[in-house]
Order: sequence, then C-alpha cells, then structure tokens
Amino acid sequence: MTAALAGPVAVTGLGALTPLGPDVAALTEGLLSGRSGVRLLEGEQWDALPARLAATVDLEGRLERLEARTLDRVQQLALVAAREAWDDAGTPAVAPERLAVVIGSGIGGALTILGQADVLREKGPRAVSPHLVPMLMPNGPAATVGLALGARAGVHTPVSACASGAEAIALALDLLRSGRADVVVAGGSEACVHPLPMAGFAQMRAMSTRHDEPEAASRPYDKGRDGFVLGEGAGVLVLETEEHARARGARVHARLGGAGLASDAHHITAPDPAGSGAARSITLALRDAGLTATDVGHVNAHATSTPLGDVAEARAFTLALGAHRPAVTATKSCTGHLLGAAGAVEAVATVVALRDSVIPPIRNLDDMDDEADIDAVRVVPRELVHEVALSTSFGFGGHDVSLVFLR
Amino acid sequence: MTLTQTDVLTGLAEVLDEVSGVPADKVVREATFENDLEVDSLTMVEVVVACEERFGVRIPDEALENLRTVGDAIDYIAAAGVPA
Repeated sequence: MTAALAGPVAVTGLGALTPLGPDVAALTEGLLSGRSGVRLLEGEQWDALPARLAATVDLEGRLERLEARTLDRVQQLALVAAREAWDDAGTPAVAPERLAVVIGSGIGGALTILGQADVLREKGPRAVSPHLVPMLMPNGPAATVGLALGARAGVHTPVSACASGAEAIALALDLLRSGRADVVVAGGSEACVHPLPMAGFAQMRAMSTRHDEPEAASRPYDKGRDGFVLGEGAGVLVLETEEHARARGARVHARLGGAGLASDAHHITAPDPAGSGAARSITLALRDAGLTATDVGHVNAHATSTPLGDVAEARAFTLALGAHRPAVTATKSCTGHLLGAAGAVEAVATVVALRDSVIPPIRNLDDMDDEADIDAVRVVPRELVHEVALSTSFGFGGHDVSLVFLR
Repeated sequence: MTLTQTDVLTGLAEVLDEVSGVPADKVVREATFENDLEVDSLTMVEVVVACEERFGVRIPDEALENLRTVGDAIDYIAAAGVPA
C-alpha cells in the first residue's frame, strides 16, 4: 500500500448519539432548528449541587441487556455511534489488519469508578465487579469499538480533555496518510453526568447556573453567558484513504483535508487569553491542508459558553485568519459541552454543513459580546457556499486541535 | 434443613441467566462453564459472587479451580451452603 504523507482522506460514514437525539439525522435537525438538549437534573442526588444543568442522552433500548452489562456508559455510547457510522459507510469490506480505531475520551469510565467505589464501601472488595478495570479504563470505548468491528491495525485513545475527540480524528488522518490503515473509525465519547464531576466543575466556577432557564443556559458569545453545560454523547466518523473509498465505490460525505495540533503552555485550565496556541493550531491545520485563511467559509467553534474561553477563541480566529471572517456556529449552544466527545460530534456537524451547504445557527445568541469579533450565524441557518470548513477544539491542559474539512 | 440439588440447580440457572444470558435448558450437570456455557473467567467471578450471596456459601479460589462443570458447582454448594 502506498502512503500519501499529505492530502485529504474521505469521510464515508457518520454516527452521533447526542442530547439532540439518537442519530446524525436528529443531530442535524436539532441544530438546524436550534433545539436545546439541556435540562435541569431533579432528584435528591442533584439537589445540593450548585450547578445542576445537563444535556443527557437516551440510551434506552439501544443495546441488548447482556451487551450493556459489562460496558460502562461511555463505551455504550461509543458503540452505538460507531455502529451508526459503520452502517452509514456501507459496512466497508476491509481486511482487519487494515482497519484501525481511534476513539478519545476526556474522562473514561467515570460512572463505573464512582459506582464501584460505593460497592466497595458498602459491601467490601469481594463484591466489586470483575469487569471494573475494563469498564473504567479510558481506552475502553476504543477497545469496545475495535472488538465489535474486528479492527486489527491498532486501537488508540487520545486523552486531551475536551480536545480528545478532535485529536482522535487528527490521529486517524496520520494513520491513513502513513499507510498504517486503509480505514479508520475515529471519534470521541463521554459519559460523566454524575454529582462528583459536576461538583468539581462547579467548584471551578466553570458551569452555568441558569437553573430557571435550562434551554437558555448554553449561550456561546452572548453577553449573558455564565459557563458551560455538561453533556454526554458520542460522535464517530469513518475515514478512509481516497483510493480505498474510490475502489469500493463509497459515497463520500466530505473530506478531511488537514489537522493542526498545538499546546498553550500557559495554564492547566485557563485558556491563553491571547488565543495564540489556538491560532497556531488553525494556521497549522490550514497549512497541512495546503490552504490559506481566505479559503475558509465556515468555522464550527469550540465555543463552550464560558466567559473567558469564547473571547480567547474569537481572538484566535483574528490572529489566524486576519481580516477574513468566516461564518461561525457553536454546536454547544444546543448540545451542551460533550467534553471528549465534543470535537467528534462537531466534526460530524461540520461535515454535514459542507455536504448540505447549510450552517446551523447559534442558539441563545441574543446579545453579542463586543469582545468577540466574529461573523456569528444567528437565529436562522445560513447557506454555505465555500468549499472549506474548520472545526476547533480546545481542552483543559492547553490542548489545541483544529481540523480542516473540504467539500 | 439443607439445600437440595434441585434448589441449587434452579438458583444457579437464574444466576447464569442474569450475568451471562445462558438459557436454563443448557444448565445441566454435565455442562462445562468455560466451553459449553461460554462463561469467561471474569464472568465466572460474577457467578461465584452471586452464588455466595444467594446460597450463603464461601467459594474460595482454591475450590473454584475444581468447579469445572455445573455438577461440580451444585455438589460443592449443596454440601457447603444453607437455604436462602
């Protein structure tokens, strides 16, 4: 197999299990209509939390009982989204040794760790599940998908907080270009809606407390934004070399043209206020794709709805793109923040926007923050005429990942 | 009052259905956990823990090594256990 160390790869399959619904169609419809997946968590275990908004996924009936019982929820979400993507790609005939999986997660099997810690405390060590370790390990979602699809070219798990899903797609691009695989199933998964992580994020003062208006809580770039809303879900793409896609006559949604990775070295959680690392990731991604700023017609921004993050990212756009102002959307205004799945779900949304030539609006953007000098898509969808779109993802730890998709 | 072999067989079949989806009609004395019932080593630990709770027995790892078939498990539990 010849390796092409540059150039695009084909996106032939899409899968998404999100707070907006069970599949990519529900995600697309939800984003275009500006629907919110956010709700107030009610019940005794949530009442004491200072921030108790979340965007959750309905998994009911998606997996057989026996299949689900030894999988953490983060693995279950990944498996469902991967099956959708794999079916969408037409279940490619590929040698197992040429099929790889890269599924990132920010936190891994958090619900298993926390649930089994309760079991240990209440019933002792002999009651702890023998499935604990494979359910809590961060590579669990990737391993689960790899087993389900019989992938033998490698199964990988980038862990870079909220950039994990995007980093997985960047790594998949490397695997395809370097000739280590013909097809890569790539994405991210996250499931940590639980009082402990939520208390931790709340202690960072990172989460919205707009409890009286859950559907208005995630409001990127709006002056009234007060933090992000925790979400759960999974997004998966089937990527393959253009040669492989062509040979099997695969339908191609769009192409992944390049990726750019950088790191801030500024602060463990706070974004670099100048947005320089984020900007470098954009510049590197465009260079990797052989493009320049003016080629970019659309950006699916990381835009989490935190006061600091959104403005820093807007500065990064100006740094990297200059006076050129592409149409910006913010998926998290509808889905909440899916952490390690966010970059993958937003990559799916970006591919769909290119394929269908339409950009979804940013929900809840009523009063634009003057500090964010961007061309935001508001209220109604906008036609996308350009051939190039960016998706940006940034994570605690100072991880910056930008992906360039092409029609 | 002691556990009968039938009590244990019924209980064990329920445990196997719960943790591994094994159909009750496959749970017969001659069936081996590993090959006939496809119970892997992790799942076998779950079976042991569930049986310990259900039958009030303790099945140490040394004993587990000798519990190859359903019949082995029934005999061990019926000898060591107490009714629920």
